[in-house]
Amino acid sequence: MTVVAMEKAEPTSVGGDVPGDSGGSGAPETVQVPETPRRIGGVGRSAVLSLAGAATSALCVTILLFGELAPFSGMLGFTVTAYLVFLAVYAVLTGFEENGQAVRDRVMTVVLWTAATLLFVALTLVVGFTAWRGKQALPHGNFFTQDMQAAGPLDPLTNGGIAHAMIGTLIMIAIALSITVPLGLACAVYLNQIPGRFSRFVRTIVEAMTALPSIVAGLMVYAVWILGLGMQKSGLAAGFAISVMMLPIVIRASDVVLRLVPGTLTEAAEALGAPRWRTVWHVVLPTARSGLATAVILGTARGIGETSPVLLTAGFTAALNADPTAGPMVSLPLAVFNFVKSPQPEMIARGFGAAAVLMTMVLVLFVIARVIGGRGPGHQTRRQARRTARASRRDVTRFDELHTSASASGLSLFEDASTPQPHGTAAAPAPAPASGEND
Amino acid sequence: MVSTQVGSGISEPDRPVPRRLYTARGFGDRVFRIQLTATGVVVLAIMAAVGLFLLLRAGQALHARGFAFLTTAAWQPDVHNFGISAVLTGTLLIALVAVAISVPLAVGTALFISDVAPRGLRRTLVSMVDLMAAVPSVVYGLWGLFFLQQHVIGLSRWLSDWFGWIPLFAVDGVKPGDPLASDSVYTASTFVAGIVVALMVAPIQCSVMREVFSQAPAGEREGAYALGATRWGMIRSVVLPYGKGGIIGGTMLGLGRALGETIAVYLIISPVFTIQPHILQTGSNSVSSLIALHYGDSSEFGMSALMAAGLALFLLTLAVNFTASSVAARSRSGAQS
Repeated sequence: MTVVAMEKAEPTSVGGDVPGDSGGSGAPETVQVPETPRRIGGVGRSAVLSLAGAATSALCVTILLFGELAPFSGMLGFTVTAYLVFLAVYAVLTGFEENGQAVRDRVMTVVLWTAATLLFVALTLVVGFTAWRGKQALPHGNFFTQDMQAAGPLDPLTNGGIAHAMIGTLIMIAIALSITVPLGLACAVYLNQIPGRFSRFVRTIVEAMTALPSIVAGLMVYAVWILGLGMQKSGLAAGFAISVMMLPIVIRASDVVLRLVPGTLTEAAEALGAPRWRTVWHVVLPTARSGLATAVILGTARGIGETSPVLLTAGFTAALNADPTAGPMVSLPLAVFNFVKSPQPEMIARGFGAAAVLMTMVLVLFVIARVIGGRGPGHQTRRQARRTARASRRDVTRFDELHTSASASGLSLFEDASTPQPHGTAAAPAPAPASGEND
Repeated sequence: MVSTQVGSGISEPDRPVPRRLYTARGFGDRVFRIQLTATGVVVLAIMAAVGLFLLLRAGQALHARGFAFLTTAAWQPDVHNFGISAVLTGTLLIALVAVAISVPLAVGTALFISDVAPRGLRRTLVSMVDLMAAVPSVVYGLWGLFFLQQHVIGLSRWLSDWFGWIPLFAVDGVKPGDPLASDSVYTASTFVAGIVVALMVAPIQCSVMREVFSQAPAGEREGAYALGATRWGMIRSVVLPYGKGGIIGGTMLGLGRALGETIAVYLIISPVFTIQPHILQTGSNSVSSLIALHYGDSSEFGMSALMAAGLALFLLTLAVNFTASSVAARSRSGAQS
């Protein structure tokens, strides 16, 4: 169906294949040279040679163009011209021994490599540049222990630091987490467990809100909390703003994770007669635990880095303020933002240092999320598997004990006890459902 | 009850009546359902409150300006002369530049990760892309302000020299090919902000697209190979048609983020309050950086005007998002992206 475009494709020449073998059954049973499988991936010798040839000729042509023939200049222009010449020469070289399809494949492979390399280099540059510029401020111990209250704009880096911003960030994210984790996870469970028109509606709204501009979240809290209720700008307001921004992200990510919980597990729980809330509490949530942790941590990483909601709601201070309910509070991204607006090189260095600290925080959170959530739902680490095995062994012995004590006292836990009991086991089947509610 | 149904089923074999299923919920389950529904309602209320309170606060300004709010370029709320036509144009231009740069990169990288990259490298690349999507926007802003700005001037100059006849790339006050033109006319432009935002949204787009590409059915991939397709032939005839919804959805998601980006844009552009269609020329503006710029020094009425601008941005991103999710839901790869 979708491979119609391939009809024109001639079968690419395959090394080691037997051309007359298409009839199939007519192959003689004599032992032939074993067929070597066609190589799909990997790079052959001719590919390496044409790559190298194309690169050399591109370099030479571009140097010729830039140095001798045309009045071009500039590093960027050189690179772009060299790249285009490289693609053209590579296509021609490949065309000597392959057909059009294969040439297009080779050229597009190079283009895809380029796109990926370009993106990764650019992103590494972003992170690396910040870390590199941050190294000016980071070696000073006071950078992590002092606030900016006593440091003037002209003070050297040995005076003042970002302790106030780090503490502010931690407080704000703690407030945001204490709101988003219970609310977000419960809402994700709701979307999964109670299907219906209303929950579909909630899901649509939440998905649309995932890309809510963060400044709008800040504006909303500003409108409600500061203008509406007349509160002052504080860490609490910033925490609220971050929560509004994080909530859809956490709900959506957890919703996706919860959907991956195998239906057989929940059905098994229901078949054992567990009520829905027990199924959720004992089966669904533990199964999805690692994925949920990842969802929350990634949401936290997003929330920590947001500047604009904090900008509108937290105010700005140079002093340490550990009380989220009163007075302005500053967070790391906001501190970065304010530092780099200053023309002083020391302040800019502080800004880069704070950005590096912020990036490290995000990186640590991310690594934790990967370590916890690298596995799909239901896949356990070795320790978790051991713990589960221990728990079920405990259950087996417990059932055995229950069973023997029950049969000793003349009660049967199950209607037909598998172990034959010599004396009156069929005494009272009536209490059985009641005792089944125990666990 | 059951026996009568069975009886009627025997007498009229062509009309079997299905047994009615019902669940008797225990007390615990009823409480559980009520609690969960309540959280759903609370979340919905929070989300609705965003729009509601913006509308409420914006009412005063919208009432004062009426339709002129959409067509005025200036921003002087205290003399009741303000509108969002300039900032909205700037926002859209920045987002368009960002998407134009980021989408080819994101599609290429997503295809690279799902089909071309060596197997051992794939997991690392996926993690890297996801990590990049979590890098704070202020970091991108710093990079754009202190690194990219100087290095992009050559490109801007070249573009305006050769493509200056296209109105979008024109730069006022510079003759094409004039080597003595000042660098400063090229800094702090829509273009620079667009590049930075592009790098910011490319990882987000890439991770959505990669997710969808990697779900393209293995049977169809192998079918294409079996018909003699090369890898690129397979990608073009199987992966790209299958992942079309993911490409569109990812693009729109990135567009939504690009429209709402505040800090990176604020740090780079120098704000102007005229409609500035020349993306290479210094001076630009966006709704979110307008809010970040003026929230501190606004009167009550000015705040109302800012709320109105925020409301416009909110509605714009909402529209983009709804389009994205409906397109993604209708495609073959489904809405799981």
